[in-house]
Amino acid sequence: MTTAALALGDDALVLSHRLGEWAGHAPVLEEEVALANIALDLLGQARTLLSLAGDEDELAYLREERSFRNAQLVEQPNGDFARTIARQLYFSVHQHLLYGQLAAGDGPFAPLAGKAVKEVAYHRDHAEQWTLRLGDGTEESHARMQRALDALWRYTGELFEPVEGLSVDRAALREGWLAAVTEVVERATLKLPDGPQSGAWTAGAGRQGIHTEPFGRMLAEMQHLHRSHPGASW
Amino acid sequence: MTTMAPDAGAQDTTAHEAVFDAAVAAEERIEPRDWMPDAYRATLVRQIAQHAHSEIIGMQPEANWITRAPSLRRKAILMAKVQDEAGHGLYLYSAAETLGTGRDELLDKLHSGRQKYSSIFNYPTLTWADVGAIGWLVDGAAITNQVPLCRCSYGPYARAMVRICKEESFHQRQGYELLLALSRGTEAQHAMAQDAVDRWWWPSLMMFGPPDAESSHSAQSMAWKIKRHSNDELRQRFVDICVPQAASLGLTLPDPDLRWNEERGHHDFGAIDWTEFQDVLRGNGPCNDQRIGQRRRAHEEGAWVREAAAAYAAKHGKATA
Repeated sequence: MTTAALALGDDALVLSHRLGEWAGHAPVLEEEVALANIALDLLGQARTLLSLAGDEDELAYLREERSFRNAQLVEQPNGDFARTIARQLYFSVHQHLLYGQLAAGDGPFAPLAGKAVKEVAYHRDHAEQWTLRLGDGTEESHARMQRALDALWRYTGELFEPVEGLSVDRAALREGWLAAVTEVVERATLKLPDGPQSGAWTAGAGRQGIHTEPFGRMLAEMQHLHRSHPGASW
Repeated sequence: MTTMAPDAGAQDTTAHEAVFDAAVAAEERIEPRDWMPDAYRATLVRQIAQHAHSEIIGMQPEANWITRAPSLRRKAILMAKVQDEAGHGLYLYSAAETLGTGRDELLDKLHSGRQKYSSIFNYPTLTWADVGAIGWLVDGAAITNQVPLCRCSYGPYARAMVRICKEESFHQRQGYELLLALSRGTEAQHAMAQDAVDRWWWPSLMMFGPPDAESSHSAQSMAWKIKRHSNDELRQRFVDICVPQAASLGLTLPDPDLRWNEERGHHDFGAIDWTEFQDVLRGNGPCNDQRIGQRRRAHEEGAWVREAAAAYAAKHGKATA
């Protein structure tokens, strides 16, 4: 259960952090509100999940890169707005289906998932709406959205790797995810990316503490102040 | 006040003015469809737009610390605050739009430097404690300024201020509580809190604007009941509120001339450096270029996103969000 709480908690923590980087940089004021809103929801989920595994601040601020269990997808840099939306689409559809399953079960994550699934439904809707607008918007937005979907595709396979202590029907999860993503992508006049959803070397790597290069830099920024004042409370 | 539409052409301006003046004198609210003097409209557009711009630019100094917040609780509080500021900007642009100027036009004026934002946001946030000092002092000064605006003669602005002031008071308490945690924390944390207060105190006092003798818009704004108190009155009120709060925080205010004046029933305080204030207003503060640069960049880099949304809406009917 600790491994699973860390995996889900780190996913939420890291993606929340990335979305927090958008503050003051969004393309339109309404998106400042929306992105911060999603980031806050995810941070709330992260705090609940990490608290199931131990002390939230110790886990967030004092673990090193190799001990984080988030999927590589959520640590990917924001890039342009299309890149951020593609990451949101892939992740929020996954999280929505996953939390739906967890909420329906009686495992340790059912209470959290039951509450969070409503938030995640909103995140998913937000990502889908923007995928449609960008995909079926202008020539430029279409090209950017397609590039973003292609670039992040390789990180999606990991979302369906087994996680110790997380009891879900992974086949159903994968099938549901693929159907939902395909439907939105096609409606947005875009193409589902070709190629492997995850190469052998990426499969499950984040869950084992193997991350991509930008992640260490992200943690350095996130943890710097906390680590500079050992034992202080804030 | 609903007696006259703007196109009630039969009556002359003098008659309109008499009705307007009577409504203001009777503490009635002026609403968007009411007749109002052109100068009243222009003053409100300027003030509300600058207020909106301040919310938007004001996100930057605080957002600067979101990715470095030292605990998850503080991070959540800060994210929520920056989100609220974007929301306040949205209310205020809506209020300004009721006066006939669109948000795009106002943003354009901000980006081209034709409209200003509060000078306070041209100061840098150098440590985590600055987030607390902004909450306590900057939001505190803003509230002192804004609470009387809840009774402003222009209805949409007054109603926006009621909502904004509720949230701002919450932020201000959170800022105070952040500083209190630092002040009672380790020696290094206490020093960090004191340093932040030392740097933010005088700029916060400048937020009330120039001294009454030099405030060009004040008299007219007070006559129109847009403003209710003079700059110096509000500044004095703020100082009187802050002194005991600083004492209970265990922090000092960086002013050797600050002392209670029994006779006046107020605190006397030292002279403000108005040269610095004018300099910051003219664009020469520490962060003016950086703030407006980031704002312009976000807008320019987001152009293709806004174009995509517009193109999609044109193809598919009204946008869904």
